[in-house]
Amino acid sequence: MLTHTTHLSKADIQAHTGWEIKPEGACQGDWCLPLSIDETDAGYEVHALAQALHMPLVEEPALGLKALGPSVIAGHALASAKAPDLALPDLDGNIVRLSHFLGQKVVLYAWAPY
Amino acid sequence: MWQALRETIHAKGAELITVGLDTLGAEGCAPAIQASGAKHPALIDTHHQMANLFGVVNIPQAIWINEQGVIVRPAESAPPPPVPGDAAPPPTGLDALPERMQQIMVEASQIQSDPETYHAALMDWIDRGDESDFALSEAEVVARSRPQSDDRARGHAHFELASEAARQGQKDLAIKHFRAAHALVPDSWTFRRQAWSLESVDAAGPFARFWQGPHPDHPETWPYDGDWLSDIRAEGPANYYDPFSGE
Repeated sequence: MLTHTTHLSKADIQAHTGWEIKPEGACQGDWCLPLSIDETDAGYEVHALAQALHMPLVEEPALGLKALGPSVIAGHALASAKAPDLALPDLDGNIVRLSHFLGQKVVLYAWAPY
Repeated sequence: MWQALRETIHAKGAELITVGLDTLGAEGCAPAIQASGAKHPALIDTHHQMANLFGVVNIPQAIWINEQGVIVRPAESAPPPPVPGDAAPPPTGLDALPERMQQIMVEASQIQSDPETYHAALMDWIDRGDESDFALSEAEVVARSRPQSDDRARGHAHFELASEAARQGQKDLAIKHFRAAHALVPDSWTFRRQAWSLESVDAAGPFARFWQGPHPDHPETWPYDGDWLSDIRAEGPANYYDPFSGE
C-alpha cells in the first residue's frame, strides 16, 4: 500500500493490506501474528508496523510517498485461505468490497487491456 | 466472451467479478468493459492490489472463493472459455500489420493453454461446491499460493510507487521503480507488461498498448532491459502460462 502519512489506522491497514488488527495481533483469517507495537492516537507508526509485520518499506521522497509491500511472514502470498476483503472501485468510482458477495460463490478474474 | 460464462454461473447463484489491472485505471479499462456490456462487477486495480493480496503475476488469472469467503483455489492461469466447434482459423491479413505485430502474433499463437480442462473444473465446482475435487483444502490453498520472498515483496512496493509515479506524470521516477520491480520480481509478466504498455511508440498506431517494445527507428530510447517479444522468445511461449494443477 502507498501512504504519505507517518501513521496508519487499523481500518487503513485492513483495507489495503488484508491484515486485520485484533487483540490477538495482526490476523488473516485465523492466522495471527502477535504485535509488539503500540497503537497511538494517530495509529501505528509506519516504520514500526513494517518491521512488526515483516513487510518491506520503500520510500520515494520525490513523491512524498512510502510503499509497504506484502508481508513475507507466511512464506506465501496467502497466510490464510480466508479471502482478504478486497475493496476496489468500479468504472463509476463506487468502491465494491469482496465481502458484499458473502453467500455466493465468486470467480475473481484478473485481466488487463494490454 | 465472458458474458456467456457469467450468465451460466449467475443462474447457479455464483458471481463473476473481473478486476482490470491497469495503471491507466478506468481510462484504460473502460473500452473493453463497455464493449463487453458487462453486467457483473468490473473493478479497476491501478496499483495491482491483486498481486499484493493474491499473488497474481500474469493475466488472465482467477481465484475461486466459496460462499463463506474462503478461497478454494488460489491465483492461477484462467484461460477464456473454450469456443464451441472447431478451432478458429488462423487470422488473415497479417501482412498488413507492422513487422513487430506480425512477430508478436506468431509467438502468441504458440502460447499454450487448456480451456476445456479449466472450465470443466470450474463448472464442477460451481455445481458441487465443497464436494468438488477441484475445491482445495485451506492448507492446500495456502501451500499452492505464490511463494513469497523479501525480494519479491520489495519489488511489489517498487511497483506501486512506479504505478503512482506514472499516474502523476513523473515518467523518470516511474521508470526507475518499474525497473526495480522487474529486477526483484523477474517472473512477473504483469509487472513487465504494465510498464511496457505505458511507453508510447508512434510506430505502433492502433496497437499502442500491445507493442510493448522499442521504437523500430530509435531502439536506443527503450528504457527497459526486456520487451514482450524478446522475453517471450527467451522464456518460450509454451512456458507463458503454468498448466492447470488440477485436484
